[in-house]
Amino acid sequence: MRLDKIILSPSPWLQPGGPSDDIVLSTRVRLARNIAGRPFLNRLKPDEQEDLEAYLKHAVLAALKPDRYTWFELEDMPQIDRQCLVERHLISRELAAGEGQRGVAVGPKQRIAIMANEEDHLRIQVYSPGLQLQDAWQEADAIDDRLESKVTYTFSPKLGYLTACPTNIGTGLRASVMLHLPALVLTRQIEKVFNAVARLRLAVRGLYGEGTQATGDIYQISNQASLGRTEQDVLKTLGSVISQIIAYEKEARDALAAESPTPLDDRVLRSWAILTHARIISSEETLALLSAVRLGIHLRRLKDVDMATINELFLMTRRGHIQKIRGAELGESERDVARADYIRKRLGAN
Amino acid sequence: MLCQRCNKQQATIHLTEILNNEKRERHLCEDCAREEGVAIKAQINLQDVLSGMLDAHESAGRDASLRCPDCGITYAEFRNQGRLGCPHDYDVFAEPLHEVLEKVHGATEHTGKLPLRAGCDTRGQRELMQLRRRLQDAVEAERYEEAARLRDLIHEKEAAGEAR
Repeated sequence: MRLDKIILSPSPWLQPGGPSDDIVLSTRVRLARNIAGRPFLNRLKPDEQEDLEAYLKHAVLAALKPDRYTWFELEDMPQIDRQCLVERHLISRELAAGEGQRGVAVGPKQRIAIMANEEDHLRIQVYSPGLQLQDAWQEADAIDDRLESKVTYTFSPKLGYLTACPTNIGTGLRASVMLHLPALVLTRQIEKVFNAVARLRLAVRGLYGEGTQATGDIYQISNQASLGRTEQDVLKTLGSVISQIIAYEKEARDALAAESPTPLDDRVLRSWAILTHARIISSEETLALLSAVRLGIHLRRLKDVDMATINELFLMTRRGHIQKIRGAELGESERDVARADYIRKRLGAN
Repeated sequence: MLCQRCNKQQATIHLTEILNNEKRERHLCEDCAREEGVAIKAQINLQDVLSGMLDAHESAGRDASLRCPDCGITYAEFRNQGRLGCPHDYDVFAEPLHEVLEKVHGATEHTGKLPLRAGCDTRGQRELMQLRRRLQDAVEAERYEEAARLRDLIHEKEAAGEAR
């Protein structure tokens, strides 16, 4: 599949219809793996890295169905395309900004992305819409097994899968769930959630991972610890915490609707009005307004608005995507105009 | 600053005495201060803290100079970059890493998935890595015959790993 087609199609991790999709956008499972008999990335010389990339490309495509996977080289990829892949969560910021030969295999429906020569030799990522930890894990586990028909992983009986950073050692598993928590933010209860989460060796991040602020009230919650517990332990702990947070968010949403319906309506409808009428709009403002509209749809304060479109706008209004849609490189102020145009068009306004 | 009494050791106790409305500063080493009967209880605690820090510093210093013979990375470099250089580092830095793993994971032993086939043969893995390094050196030094021989050997060993 061509890169442009990938970038301009809806992302499956934002499709509504998954379990708990009013609160959970998507689930991701990632496995970190390294090939036996080779140094980790930061000790590879450029031609060794090139050799490894060729080896991984061959192995990944041969082990999986090559007609359903497309390999993209990052080294010669235009900056804007890399940016779009990051926005789609198909590659990490680290892979986008890295040096030397590195690539990504994108699988069926963009649900699977296997990065080569990121921090580790291989990073297998699987996405599922909504809350589907088991589903995503089983897929990743199966891919992991299939890859083993072509490669040998670095493994120690005591420490498990060996990784470049000791924080990923053991299972190499990071499971993460992307949540939309506008009501907990509005009612100022979100800090409580963070405090509870930190005690369980779980981490909270923003929409675009480490170091990014939570924008649009979207949070990613993932396991920190990967050693000394089985994959199922990790998934169970994370799953039960997520279920609790979902319950809190639901309670907070109901309380908002019951106790302060007018301020809630005001917020939702103003947001809708701005999105459908603005001529210039920044990326941050867009996310904040989309968040309120999304909340409004779920609380039935806004009718006849398609949830899939709102979800898609979270992604398609990002810096890279808006330029890709326009088919031109745009400066910040031009982007803000293009973004407002695109949003009005998608929401059926003029 | 040297001790004003013995003029030999570093002055670590600094006193301000006021005698007959006259202010006098004295700088003494710990031994002289004790001989003069100066109460140094508070300083003893501080001293304990300091020596504790020094111990920690010394062992950190020892670890910092640990170097992996395979990839060449030192523990200090790892601490700076947060990334290891090769799998063998987990053996070379086992002692200081143990504490790191305990802190990050609250555990130090793997209980999860096992690979379908052995990556467990660490000796084989190291050997393969060393062969690759020798190949690299041979290519750089334009010793092509040796390079070709090493390449064949690596392919052979890799193929043996792949066969199932």
